Amino acid sequence: MIIEKFFNKWIMFFLILIPTCGVIFDEPYFITLATKVVILGIAGIGLNLALGYCGLISLGHAAFFGIGGYITGILSFHALNDEVLFSWPVVVSGSSEMLIIWPIAILVSALFSFIIGLLSLRTSGVYFIMITLAFAQMLYFFSISWPNYGGEDGLSIYIRNSFPMLNTMDPLSFYIISLFWLLFSIFISLKLINSPFGMSFQAIKQNEERVKSVGIETFKVKLLVFVISGTITGLAGSLYTDLNRFVSPTVLDWHTSGEIMVFVILGGMARLYGPLVGAAFFIALEQTLGSYTENWQFWLGLILILVILYARSGILGLFDKKLKHEK
Amino acid sequence: MTLILFFEQLLNGIQFGTMLFLMSAGLTLIFGVMGLINLAHGSFYMIGAFSAALIAALTESFWLALLASLAGAAIAGVLIEIIIIRRLYRRDHLDQVLATFALILLLSEGVRWCFGAFPLHLNIPNVLNGTVSIFDNIIYSKYRLFIIFMGFLIALGLYILITKTRLGIRIRAGQNDRQIISALGVDISKLYTIVFAIGASLAGLAGAMIGAIQSVEVGMGEPILILAFVVIVIGGIGSIKGALVGSILVGVTDTIGRIFLPELLKVFMETSNATSVGSSIGSMLIYILMALILIIKPSGLFGKS
Repeated sequence: MIIEKFFNKWIMFFLILIPTCGVIFDEPYFITLATKVVILGIAGIGLNLALGYCGLISLGHAAFFGIGGYITGILSFHALNDEVLFSWPVVVSGSSEMLIIWPIAILVSALFSFIIGLLSLRTSGVYFIMITLAFAQMLYFFSISWPNYGGEDGLSIYIRNSFPMLNTMDPLSFYIISLFWLLFSIFISLKLINSPFGMSFQAIKQNEERVKSVGIETFKVKLLVFVISGTITGLAGSLYTDLNRFVSPTVLDWHTSGEIMVFVILGGMARLYGPLVGAAFFIALEQTLGSYTENWQFWLGLILILVILYARSGILGLFDKKLKHEK
Repeated sequence: MTLILFFEQLLNGIQFGTMLFLMSAGLTLIFGVMGLINLAHGSFYMIGAFSAALIAALTESFWLALLASLAGAAIAGVLIEIIIIRRLYRRDHLDQVLATFALILLLSEGVRWCFGAFPLHLNIPNVLNGTVSIFDNIIYSKYRLFIIFMGFLIALGLYILITKTRLGIRIRAGQNDRQIISALGVDISKLYTIVFAIGASLAGLAGAMIGAIQSVEVGMGEPILILAFVVIVIGGIGSIKGALVGSILVGVTDTIGRIFLPELLKVFMETSNATSVGSSIGSMLIYILMALILIIKPSGLFGKS
């Protein structure tokens, strides 16, 4: 654990170093990549709460990522076109203010995670995996066949939503905003994990029956974890739309669920910074292998299989063991 | 007119359902016997279709192509089971999900490497081209009828295999208690490989048969894989009977819903709105059905609770 903390300091160092280098060498692409890592890291941190700490294998977190993304896209789309969002029962118009969009994205993601969780948590094991997958896929097909917001082609928003005092189109400013949310979600996770509630959901991962027998209503605990987890991932989706200034059904595709899960596993499950490391590794792989071959996903698949078969504790786990051994 | 259209769509739904059955039967069998959740099952669907397209291009025989789809997917299944899947039986579901997800990436990109990104075509044989009229006034594609026939033939074959043969007894025993049957001297790892190969070849056959109507392309197995999951959730995991009922239910609901929901909504609202709302809800209908069944019976229609 101490060694992991040592690593976490290095990770923080890199989070500051990379964009600084980007500014010094005038490579805004570096900053954009770092922002992508940070945002995908947030999505992974969200999933990690449910998957890593509570053992809820959700293959449907693309649903929340996509909902956060679409809420952001839709609100700013309406603001840009100066149309009302809906006029009944009250007139609601779109918005391009992040400070308005975030709470809405958070609320809607929370609502959807609540509904999906309520239904899915009635089951467990393989059923749970398949059902979360199916619900996400339902939203995916809905987004394709609903023509108002671009359908299959997706929705472009041209200008990033605005934040008071900052020019969000400047890569560094947007990076700082994303970094703030990353730190916030790590902080929330840390507080949760060490709270009595955190103890109970981590205990559920180990033995749900025993947790029940001490009088804890495990269903409610699991539901709450699932909602918090989905909400954090939804927030990441909102930032992701702003990063790309574009949202399409791809964010709801089940490959996205798989990839978020891959971040968690590559970095190391139930480790606070694991998903961030996983996302960084994933993006680095995409950038390096992707420049050599179009079929980089082939190699990703191969690496993943090797990690699962031989290095189950992920990258952080690998270093952890090594360092312990040296001492 | 509407009644004829309805029957046509009903047949389309059943045709779609029988293909879903080929997918979900393998998936549920593999889960029932080995306890493995296999996301890469859709890849065998794709491999079957590509093997068929390859052989059809070489020999110009549709029937040889169908055989090739069975053989191609079975060979791929055996190889993958021995190299990778075998190591996953004792792992938890999370590892299985991830490893088979990684397998999808590997297999999809591998096939793209070999065959290129462009879709291939598989032609329907002349015998099955054209239409046939049922009850005088329903005109229906011969090939789709052939698919329905094949689907039920295979369902019957599976029933006989599982209830009447020695292999079937072993498969059922494997579902009940794998320790005991290995103690009784059954080579359990060989049995697992056989079951996996059966599942893979059924998926491959489905891929080839659908490939002849649609196109043979990378990633073609994924939409149908997820539908197969919905089928299994509805039917109950491990139950082949459940897979059959679930498949037909999902196939018919999906097809009928997409066609008739917009029509139905036109009664209540404007035509343009009805079409967009109807098609959106139509695409969600099977998931709503799944959610409803889940509320009533969380373990599926034929599942053991």
